[in-house]
Amino acid sequence: MKPPAFAYYAPKRIDDTLRMLHEFVREQNLDVKLLAGGQSLVPLLNMRLAHPEVIVDLNPLEPQLNYIRRDGDMLRIGALTRHYVLRTNPEILQHCPMLADAAGLIGHAAILTRGTIGGSLVHADPAAELPLVFAMLRGMVTLQSAQSSRVIDARDFFLSYLTTRVEPDEILTEVALPIMPARSGQAIEEFSMRHGDFALVAAAAQVTLAADASWQGVRLGLGGVAPTPADCSHLLTPLVGKRPTWDELREALRPIEDEIDPQGDIHASAAYRKELAHTLAYRAIERAIRHTGSAPPEQ
Amino acid sequence: MGILAVIIMESQTVFYELKVNGKTYRVDDVEPRMLLADVLRDVLFLTGTHLGCEHGVCGACTVLLDGLPARSCLMLGIQAQGYEITTVEGLAPDEEHLSVLQDAFWEEHGLQCGFCTSGILTTMSWFLKQNPTPTRAEIREALSGNLCRCTGYQNIVTAVERAAAKMKAAS
Repeated sequence: MKPPAFAYYAPKRIDDTLRMLHEFVREQNLDVKLLAGGQSLVPLLNMRLAHPEVIVDLNPLEPQLNYIRRDGDMLRIGALTRHYVLRTNPEILQHCPMLADAAGLIGHAAILTRGTIGGSLVHADPAAELPLVFAMLRGMVTLQSAQSSRVIDARDFFLSYLTTRVEPDEILTEVALPIMPARSGQAIEEFSMRHGDFALVAAAAQVTLAADASWQGVRLGLGGVAPTPADCSHLLTPLVGKRPTWDELREALRPIEDEIDPQGDIHASAAYRKELAHTLAYRAIERAIRHTGSAPPEQ
Repeated sequence: MGILAVIIMESQTVFYELKVNGKTYRVDDVEPRMLLADVLRDVLFLTGTHLGCEHGVCGACTVLLDGLPARSCLMLGIQAQGYEITTVEGLAPDEEHLSVLQDAFWEEHGLQCGFCTSGILTTMSWFLKQNPTPTRAEIREALSGNLCRCTGYQNIVTAVERAAAKMKAAS
């Protein structure tokens, strides 16, 4: 349970990190891993499930990549912003409250103090909270290499289990999330066997109401049911323009079980995960509606 | 790119300084892969920090970095440079006395075998600064990242409660 041998580098400037990455990956064909908060990578090293030849530590870049700022209708978050900061940052609490809630669900205090938003997204665990919120809100990430910088939409970012579009010589430097529109509510719900564990299934929702309290827009995402976070917003588009009752909402969510094809494992069967998906999706939307501050629809 | 051109993996050792419990230590001739927990225990001989699961689950190795709890099995020693590290050895005010929290664990029988205790003490030291008047439910929540397999948690929660009450009375 100790990490295998690797060469370790910790450049202090992002240009140096990018140049180094280019050299190691493109010129020398080495297997390089970037180390951010280490809350997933270090266990993998300790268990010898990862054997990189080189580790490039990003933590010295924290002064440059730890920030949260509002930019028009987006929140720009530096990749090395740690979870505990997301949880209490005033900009996030006001403009993307679900992200603060999601960060709180990630795990225990000693994990939140180290883990980073960029690390969580590139790790791309399909049951993890931040990838779910990022996918559901259709955020964007900035990927930088020595040669170029590109921005990728959440819908193109995740490829499969633990796999994203990030190239081996690229660093995810920034996460951008749209701020919550007016008259909107957000909520994230999850079920895990023990407090602080990985979610078996998680659901995240955002509901936007029109001035007459009818639905103007709705987003629904599910985690833990597919190789990547699943966007199920389309199930609810028939309700847009209406003021659905709780029963109509429950009915609209019924096909969710046909939309997803979760894997059964030692923790829960596929059938149970489907049932959780339905229940948690309902709860997330119900709570998102309550968070709009508007009265719930009459039965 | 000259300096980057050759990587000699097997023999790469490094030296660095760590500030632990207010004292600066030089860590010499270790491989960069050495975990902070192993540096503390096997190089600095600060064996109060315990290693249980070695993958971030059990919480026994929790130390404070600039006052915030972190798993010392989930970071490399070399990454802890520049932080003020506090281990369980650094909680007591001096060699003759225990901290209020440690005293409360003694009085309430908050430990049996003591293996998990150092991680719980570091975590709860941080927690009581965050929340000086916690409820039992809040203490349980804060304890949820530390596994204890013998005390049964009841006395641990009571000990933290007692420490909070004592600290409040003293302030």
